[in-house]
Amino acid sequence: MSEKIRVLLAKPGLDGHDRGIKVIAAAFRDAGFEVIYTGLRQTPENIVNAAIQEDVDAVGVSILSGAHMTLFPAILNLLKEKKADQIILFGGGIIPDEDVAALEKSGVDKLFTPGATTEETVKYLREAVAKRKRDEKII
Amino acid sequence: MIEKDALKSLDEKKKNWEKKAEKLRQVKSRPRFITVSGEEVKELYTPEDLKNFDYNEKLGLPGEFPYTRGIHHTMYRSRLWTMRQFSGMGTPRQTNERYHYLLNHGQTGLSVAFDLPTLMGFDSDHVRSLGEVGKCGVAVDTLADMEIIFDGINLGEVSTSMTINAPASILLAMYLAVAEKQGIPFAKLRGTLQNDILKEYIAQKEWIFPPRPSIRLITDMMSFCTDHVPQWNTISISGYHIREAGSTAAQELAFTLADGFAYIEAAIADGQDVDKFATRLSFFFNAHQDFFEEIAKYRAARRIYARRMRDKYKAKDERNWLLRFHTQTAGCSLTAQQPENNIVRTALEALSAVLGGTQSLHTNSMDETMALPSDKAALIALRTQHVIACETGVVNTIDPLAGSYFVESMTDKMEADAEKYLDEIDRRGGVLKCIDEGYFQREIARAAYRYQQEIERGERIIVGINDYLVEDEVITIPILKIDETVEREQVASLRKIKSGRDNDKVKRTLDDLAMAAKGNGNTLKAMLDCVRVYATEGEIVDTLRPIFGEYIEPPII
Repeated sequence: MSEKIRVLLAKPGLDGHDRGIKVIAAAFRDAGFEVIYTGLRQTPENIVNAAIQEDVDAVGVSILSGAHMTLFPAILNLLKEKKADQIILFGGGIIPDEDVAALEKSGVDKLFTPGATTEETVKYLREAVAKRKRDEKII
Repeated sequence: MIEKDALKSLDEKKKNWEKKAEKLRQVKSRPRFITVSGEEVKELYTPEDLKNFDYNEKLGLPGEFPYTRGIHHTMYRSRLWTMRQFSGMGTPRQTNERYHYLLNHGQTGLSVAFDLPTLMGFDSDHVRSLGEVGKCGVAVDTLADMEIIFDGINLGEVSTSMTINAPASILLAMYLAVAEKQGIPFAKLRGTLQNDILKEYIAQKEWIFPPRPSIRLITDMMSFCTDHVPQWNTISISGYHIREAGSTAAQELAFTLADGFAYIEAAIADGQDVDKFATRLSFFFNAHQDFFEEIAKYRAARRIYARRMRDKYKAKDERNWLLRFHTQTAGCSLTAQQPENNIVRTALEALSAVLGGTQSLHTNSMDETMALPSDKAALIALRTQHVIACETGVVNTIDPLAGSYFVESMTDKMEADAEKYLDEIDRRGGVLKCIDEGYFQREIARAAYRYQQEIERGERIIVGINDYLVEDEVITIPILKIDETVEREQVASLRKIKSGRDNDKVKRTLDDLAMAAKGNGNTLKAMLDCVRVYATEGEIVDTLRPIFGEYIEPPII
């Protein structure tokens, strides 16, 4: 029997565009995930601390302000520093293709851009968490 | 509207027609026929839908109560709407260059977009500003930045709109100080501040202080402007962001009007005369994709507002019954896929705003789901308005869709739906109470989720998203990048200003501001003294924060 997926959804930085993250939160809930939403304007420290405290499988981050090249690396580094990089980091926002490629290369598991469906994100997270759990067992 | 005999004969004809339609109805080109807001639309509208329609009561003449047909007697035949493209990016110098470019290409008003640190009251060197400086708009820290933004632009000749809310008073103070330096009297300044903090709590979420002290900043500004800057539009009561956050058209209309009435009630409670300040209020709506629904929304807005202003708030001056509004096409309707299609979407949305009688208009650029507009995309967006104004013929006659069975039915329904929401907001104890309880936020989030589900179920087709896809599409339009040197340059120029100014004077003016804020002094007047001596936006906000407190939103999903 598989455990319920626990996911923290967070909005770092200064932008207040929370339509997307709220739609994703509702879709994850409907899919049976346990969703924790941090609310707006969280610092990378807040997000990583919350993720560790809540013992989540994954952190989903939404950024629409253009500050993604600063904020995603900050969260990744903190996860590593606090030895919590088993937690999957994924996200979405207005992020140009070349930045998506660079961030995914540096350790962000997956980035969604405008036009992605909630169905895709649900499917992605199920598979990513399952894969991560398999990998952990092998280790 | 129509003779009884004619209705009777129509009724008979309809019975026959119904028999033929019945068979054809079995085949459906779409699963459901709904508006963008999810409202069912009937197959056919006829005079039966307007049986008790009283032309004089519902429509009247343009420029006359209840203004359904428009607020001016001659509308666009005398004067086109103001073509006002919202822009700002990077450093003040880059923004100044863009303004000269747009003014040289036939734009008729300026509209300033600020970056997120400026919107949130942080200086560019604040730790929270890291990575955000100049990204979503221009960075402004001190008066020096505003001097550069308007360099070579005579503030007595241009009208300027500034999209700023929580720290709106500070930016207005800076604008006034630039005018002083140019030798332009305040009485000659024309422009608009967004300054609509209520919709920040509801939808856009760029707040600093809690709602009640924020309202005080606004009433201070309204009173200062009534006395000193009489042509300035003090609040642009905004539905745009409510709609972008996912609301329906009726929610956008109702929540926005409710916010407007809340400001009016606050100013009346402050002892101000409705006939003196209400002239300077204007509205800002979204032009979404459902062509007729949007037109109905604008027409209903004017009617509801006129009735309330005359009957409830007892404004005597007819000018205070008019709902004047700016429109922006829907950013949320644009797609990153096949971005050139956004030109078409924007053109149709803009057309609905014009047919709905807008006073000014911003048309989005095709690349805005990806970045701030490139020069080329911004010019096409502006030219879209020129094409509508000059080539389509829609400006030739006033309110051309009046009398359409469908449009009038929809206008009536929009009005009724909005009134229902207004009653509900009253029942819940008013706008501030609804914000505290998260009522608006929940209603909007629900509507946004329903819309997304309709797309995913295929009930709604979005070209390039869930149908008519291009496989392995390569985006070929130019994309503007704001490079990271902007942040370094802006921080360096802020340091230079800080080291060159008279810090004793800065401290004195900030202390005076604190006194005004704690007591009953006019905060805008005090801020004007602060910005004149180059106090930073962040210093002014930091002075007020301990007095007013800070807003923290309970996360609502």
